[in-house]
Amino acid sequence: MTRPDAAPPARPPVRPRIKGESLVWLTAMGLTIALGMVVLLLGVVASYGLGVFWPKHISEFTIVDGGKTVTVGGELVSRKAKAGNAAGVTSEEIQIYTGNKDAYGLPFRYVDVSAVQTSREPDDALVIERTTGGNAIGLPVALRPKGEAPLPASDPAFHARLDQLVIAAAANRAAVLAIRNGPLAVNAQRLSKLDARLKSMRKRADADAAQLAEVNAEIARLQAESTDLNSQAQAKAATMLGSQLVIRLFTGEEKRIQFKDVLGATWPNQLGLAGRCGVFVTRMARFVWDNPREANTEGGIFPAIFGTLVMTVLMSIVVTPFGVVAAIYLREYARQGLVVRTVRIAVNNLAGVPSIVFGVFGLGFFVYIVGGSVDRLFYDGNLTYGTGGILWAALTLALMTVPVVIVATEEAIAAVPRGAKEGSLACGASKWQTIQRVVLPASVPGILTGLILAMARGAGEVAPLMMVGVVKLAPSLPIDASWKVGDLIPGLHTDQKFMHLGFYIYDLGFQSPDSEAAKPMVFATTLFLIALVVALNLGAILLRDKLRRRLATATF
Amino acid sequence: MTTLMNNPIQTPPPTPGLQPAQPAPAGTPGAPNPAYINITDYDFYYGSHQVLFDITMAIPERQVTAFIGPSGCGKSTLLRNFNRMNDLVDGIRHAGDITINKRTIYDPHLEVTSLRKRIGMVFQKSNPFPKSIYENVVYGLRVAGVTDKRVLDEACETALRSAALWDEVKDRLGKSALGLSGGQMQRLCIARATAVRPEVLLMDEPCSALDPLATVKIEELILELKKQYTVVIVTHNMQQAGRCSDRTAFFYLGKLIEYDTTVSIFTNPKQKQTEDYITGRFG
Repeated sequence: MTRPDAAPPARPPVRPRIKGESLVWLTAMGLTIALGMVVLLLGVVASYGLGVFWPKHISEFTIVDGGKTVTVGGELVSRKAKAGNAAGVTSEEIQIYTGNKDAYGLPFRYVDVSAVQTSREPDDALVIERTTGGNAIGLPVALRPKGEAPLPASDPAFHARLDQLVIAAAANRAAVLAIRNGPLAVNAQRLSKLDARLKSMRKRADADAAQLAEVNAEIARLQAESTDLNSQAQAKAATMLGSQLVIRLFTGEEKRIQFKDVLGATWPNQLGLAGRCGVFVTRMARFVWDNPREANTEGGIFPAIFGTLVMTVLMSIVVTPFGVVAAIYLREYARQGLVVRTVRIAVNNLAGVPSIVFGVFGLGFFVYIVGGSVDRLFYDGNLTYGTGGILWAALTLALMTVPVVIVATEEAIAAVPRGAKEGSLACGASKWQTIQRVVLPASVPGILTGLILAMARGAGEVAPLMMVGVVKLAPSLPIDASWKVGDLIPGLHTDQKFMHLGFYIYDLGFQSPDSEAAKPMVFATTLFLIALVVALNLGAILLRDKLRRRLATATF
Repeated sequence: MTTLMNNPIQTPPPTPGLQPAQPAPAGTPGAPNPAYINITDYDFYYGSHQVLFDITMAIPERQVTAFIGPSGCGKSTLLRNFNRMNDLVDGIRHAGDITINKRTIYDPHLEVTSLRKRIGMVFQKSNPFPKSIYENVVYGLRVAGVTDKRVLDEACETALRSAALWDEVKDRLGKSALGLSGGQMQRLCIARATAVRPEVLLMDEPCSALDPLATVKIEELILELKKQYTVVIVTHNMQQAGRCSDRTAFFYLGKLIEYDTTVSIFTNPKQKQTEDYITGRFG
């Protein structure tokens, strides 16, 4: 029931414009732009990078080339305006990935759109990934397994038999590799060690004949063993030799592919979505776990992932204690004054020194001076640690990132409540006991923040690494069963050169003989570099959050 | 001079300072020492700024002595000098002397850590470590090098009982101390200070961050603690000083204005300033 005399409620007054409100929009805009750039970066890298693994359709084009009709087949890569068009002329060309580098000379072909007469997608187009020569693309003709009658492609069992042979080839390759990388590699290493010993014995000229003979006999024995192992591997490989797959290229000629080279075979035009995803995952897994091939334009990046990971972990192991100890001294023990202020400024400036400077320092100090001395002392002057290696790279990066850890740790220590320190001291704890039992545990989250920043910077650094041990290709990992002086962890040879994702990207992008083939690899590798850095950071962040929850101060 | 040797923490293992049968933790047997903490002609400076002027007073054994006075009058500074917590500050200077149980705290042969083991301290803001309740209580013993689990367990229970906290936390000794309420945290800090069986217990405004109920509990606890310990408490709360102290010292601008039994300070102050302060006319 409404009373007639009840006045309608007064409308709330319009909120006056608050001065400075427009600044909110400005700040929001800044954040939006920053977020947009991150999304854009990830989007570009992911779309180019992941596209590499997605199986695309194979098309067959009939084109007129200089009056003749030719057939070209392959994946359609792009369609764009032709370079060097005259004014007013708009002619387009398509880029086709034809594969078969060994047959055509180039894996790509550019065709004028106007020259294309017909195009179709042959149902039985086959893409074969090979260890040499890149992909082969064509239409299947027959299988010629060793010692068996040829099996024509029209046979219903063709499909299954092809898959079977691909698997057999992979198993055979693995078996041969097991011999080569296993006992044969160990033998080679022992031989080089004995060789070095022989050399130094001769240099010193103090060894007696008996010793020399002993070493020589051992070398001869190992060489015989290696020869034997080699022939074993060859015999194993020979069982696959002779099995062939015959395909017809789109240009019409027939081609025989040795099964020993075949990594996988897909029928891209027959695949459904699930099948495509399956191929995508398989190719990605192979990319992660395989060694590079064909001047790094094919194959996988496992050695680079491994090198980056090991180097970053080694760096973290070195940089954390070093930085934390320095920060404790600066914050807790040093008398605060001009000297400490100067040191602090110097440390902060160290973080701003261009990274290549650290590379030069690492080369001059770690490699030449420290490494050279190690070689003289423990390796009879044979080049081992006196050249770039994963340890020197890790130490160089540790030096580069130590200011980050120092600054973060100092801040964390300063943030420990005074009450906690006083409480500990009042219980009769000494200063060191207080640092050890109260200050450090409470600063661990801050220290980890510093470590995260250090890892993010260290893992992505390329320039200094080029001077202290990163190489274009080092497919053998720096781990095996042997041990030698200087290995920090038994089996991990920290003197060896290594591959690094960042350098790998640089190398692919600028040093590759085949830039078109390398382009997708650049993006795919970048994607994995980002993924690796994110994974490392995520691990540290999770650890930090766990500790932070434990240390969270209750409010009352 | 034998009194120091009686300090339980300095006796060798197995159970440093934890003989439960021992009635009083330290001091001469028999009558309590009327000048257990003895301050003579004591001046104290932060840099060039003098904060304490010519303090002379004697604090009796096993009694509660309250320091009152307006903010900045130097009462906390004096308290924090008893266990030399002010050593953490750069540029401090003093003249005169403080002895605790007849031994000067400025003895150059005396380790500050061993002095602090004899003098427990409870702070204004409770400051439990981010560790379990158990680890908080036995912290003083751990840093003193006690590792015997049985000794630690026993000390933990004794200290928590004496802080009237045992029944509340006995089922969750392994849980984080940061989950306790404000009053419980402060009693935990008292337990932590008493676990090493100190001779003196210093309390720097122990109830100023607590609600009235928690304050009552702490005050009851103080009355209980004085049976064993010499307690010095700094407080802004006049009623609190009246309720739980035996003697009261009134400080103003770094000077000790009046020091007497609590009853006479509150009923019959001799100085005008004291009277003004306790009646709330200034401060």
